[in-house]
Amino acid sequence: MGELARISDEALIVRLQRAAFSYLVDYADDDTGLVADTSRQGSPSSIAVVGFALSCYPIAVQNGWLSRANAAARTLKILRFFSRSNQSDAPDATGYKGFYYHFLDMRTGRRVWQCELSLIDTALLIAGVLVAGCYFDAEGEREIRETADALYRRVDWRWAQNGARGLSQGWKPESGFLHYGWEGYNEAALLYVLGLGSPTFPLTPAAYVTWQLTYQWENLLGRDVLYSGPLFTHLFSHAWIDFRGIRDAFMREKGSDYFENTKSAIAIHREYGERNPYGFKAYSRDFWGVTAGDGPNDREMSSRRRDRRFFGYMSRGVPYGPDDGTIAPWAMLATLPFATEAALAGTRRLLKTYPQVCPQDRFSSGFNPTLRGNAGGWLSEGWYGLDQGLVAMMIENHRTGLIWEIVKHCGYIRDGLKHAGFEGGWL
Amino acid sequence: MQNGTAREKSDDEQAYLSRVRPQDWENPEPRSSYDLAVVGAGPAGLAAAESAARLGFSVVLVERNRVGGNSLNVGSVPSKAIIGAARVHGAMPDAEAFGARVPNEPALEFDKVMARMRRIRMRISEHHSVHELAALGIDVFFGSARFDSTHALLVGDSRLHFKKALIATGARPRAPDIAGLDQTGYRTSATIFEMTSLPKRLAVIGGGPLGCELAQAFCRLGSHVTIVQNDAKFLPREERDAAEILSRSLARDGVEIRLNTTVVGARRDRGAKTLQIVNSGMESEIQADEVLLSIGRVPNVEELGLETAGVDFDADQGIRVDDFLRSTNPDVYAAGDVCLELKFTNAAQSSACMAVQNALMKMQQRKSGSTIPWCTYCDPEIAHIGLHVWEARQQSIPIKSFTVMMHDVDRSITDGRNTGFVKIHVAEGSDRILGATIVASRASELINEMAVVMNTGIGMRALAAVVHTYPAQSEAIVLAAQAYKRFDEAAQMEVRRAGSE
Repeated sequence: MGELARISDEALIVRLQRAAFSYLVDYADDDTGLVADTSRQGSPSSIAVVGFALSCYPIAVQNGWLSRANAAARTLKILRFFSRSNQSDAPDATGYKGFYYHFLDMRTGRRVWQCELSLIDTALLIAGVLVAGCYFDAEGEREIRETADALYRRVDWRWAQNGARGLSQGWKPESGFLHYGWEGYNEAALLYVLGLGSPTFPLTPAAYVTWQLTYQWENLLGRDVLYSGPLFTHLFSHAWIDFRGIRDAFMREKGSDYFENTKSAIAIHREYGERNPYGFKAYSRDFWGVTAGDGPNDREMSSRRRDRRFFGYMSRGVPYGPDDGTIAPWAMLATLPFATEAALAGTRRLLKTYPQVCPQDRFSSGFNPTLRGNAGGWLSEGWYGLDQGLVAMMIENHRTGLIWEIVKHCGYIRDGLKHAGFEGGWL
Repeated sequence: MQNGTAREKSDDEQAYLSRVRPQDWENPEPRSSYDLAVVGAGPAGLAAAESAARLGFSVVLVERNRVGGNSLNVGSVPSKAIIGAARVHGAMPDAEAFGARVPNEPALEFDKVMARMRRIRMRISEHHSVHELAALGIDVFFGSARFDSTHALLVGDSRLHFKKALIATGARPRAPDIAGLDQTGYRTSATIFEMTSLPKRLAVIGGGPLGCELAQAFCRLGSHVTIVQNDAKFLPREERDAAEILSRSLARDGVEIRLNTTVVGARRDRGAKTLQIVNSGMESEIQADEVLLSIGRVPNVEELGLETAGVDFDADQGIRVDDFLRSTNPDVYAAGDVCLELKFTNAAQSSACMAVQNALMKMQQRKSGSTIPWCTYCDPEIAHIGLHVWEARQQSIPIKSFTVMMHDVDRSITDGRNTGFVKIHVAEGSDRILGATIVASRASELINEMAVVMNTGIGMRALAAVVHTYPAQSEAIVLAAQAYKRFDEAAQMEVRRAGSE
């Protein structure tokens, strides 16, 4: 950390951003362009990580980390792969009805682990596809635009409603739609906006209304917030959409917007860190970030301490839990556009106290200092692509607003927002 | 010679049976007509018969099995007795944190757990014994009742004429639709308390209140418990945060959780019971020594001659009643599980008293006007009253929840019982309380304060000023109200500031 401690805030975040971005290049397959879910040996690709990668190539061009031609070539490789991939109900297809399986083999692009055809991960992928389609606007980049447009238009969002008002979280060829629905506010805002904006197979307007019926407006730890426990749920959709000043009916009723709501959620996470109700090591106003991520799992649990139970990769949340003392080291930095001072104070404190959480300038997925381990606590091995992509995008939005500006010019997303009832601000 | 436990069982059972179904009971000679005939002597039937008798009306009460209904015999009372024992056993691994030293493997004597349950049931049966009912002037008939006209019932050879009748026949465990389960054998709430030994492996089908309560209880007593729920969460009626806390609590205790999982078949394998399950298309199996089926309850509407009485009913929904609990026969009412969606003892008793008032006192009490709290008795307990947030939003009522975490409540911290929360749901723009959800070690007690508050129309401002004992878990309720008050005062100050500018 010594060197990082001495550099300016701007230099620090650019360095961390570049390192985060480089994951998306270092762990991409040469043939398919697919990006690995994690840096671990044998990891398949996560389509969500590919969506982040597509969104980050323009960032790399703007920062001079990739030439435009290189970024366009990488982008086109991915778009061609998805365009030509097997779309069928075969159990090892890449996708179906324009959606894609959550995890794909890096080299063949086939479904792995009998995973689900994932609605939210397809949305994250498609958001990246649309960013690419908007950004690469030169005459020689026509194929990118046309392929991106075709990929978006073929997603059959209406099919995914399965005749119901709301949305399931996915589908499997073996068993049909999953029982899991979208309950309560979370990262699905992007999914609904993309589904509502489709000119071909749009969601019915009732879908968004049905989801919002499950919203919980709460006064929590002294603040009003549209509740969602894991921090990432307040960030993912915001990586693409600038929610400042635009409001749907719910936020008009509450006199707030989703950007302000994320600020409130961050404040609650900090407050929770300070209260530290379960006495976890290191928690404070500058040590927070309880969210989805890797964790130590039950193996580490001491058998007699039933009040301490540790989890593996899971979605942790505040204040209802689950919370096992594991934070995501990247999470504080990812809040930069919303709470700059808090993000920097927390990140600097973390890097100073536990520099091991940021090997090669990339943050690990999970860290738990309450557990004893060689790394001053339990530390997740390697890196996760989602974390790196989100950090790179959020830093760029904080520094230049690049992704937000690109998305503001995406007609489909503008339409989706309007169909969801958003008004005001840049709309 | 009988050993101690067997003798206790025998003595307690005899005392209990003498109160709920005396062997030597002879049905009385019927009167020419009764003001009220009550069919079923569960919580609703007992409440109705006793309140009518105390008002001076002639009452006949017919029961085909045991007085007390499910609640006393195979429901709330025995399950809470078992849960009480399980809490003690479940607390042992935590005792070290309190400075207590416990043996590595605390021994359990299951027969003593069950003997305690029977003793408790025997003691509580005294409250509504057959002899107590007779002493109130109620004619008690044992036997199956069947309407043979719009104003008469047949019980054996006796014809009971009535001016008004109340059907309170309750509900029974829903029968399974699982191939092979009948042949494999299973228990329900009606038979689980007859077990004489603790099953090494218990499979629970159904993640509703009873399934969750008993899954946790038997796990704490030492069974390896697997619970299978055909839904994404337990307790589908409850809000997500509460259900997730319960899920983690079950997992922490060691219950093996299979959500989103359907049991598609069952068979016997060399003495063990095997359940075939499917999760997202993936098939697997669970082995168990006992299977508890807890997939809901269906109303007891069969063989009552309801058609003859002109009483409309549905096999799944029960007797159709209006808001005054009156059936399609204007002189026949219904109460409790046989007609209500909320199948709880307190709802049964409340509806029965209401029906008696409406039937005999010509009152117009509406079931929609009552606010019924309920609780699932897991650890932590999960209690609710009034509207859920999603119900308010469906009705386009702007709603805001004021939440206090139990880990911020001093008494919860001192007791080491700091899991859960108090949420009070308030109509925005007012201090009107629409509902509350409480997850806490004694949520069943805390929710009653909210019942008083809601039934008397106390708002958040007044609640914030009520002085409570300190320290107490109920401080969470006051803290939530005080949070409301702070926001309300800040909003008013904002309005004043805007007006002065």
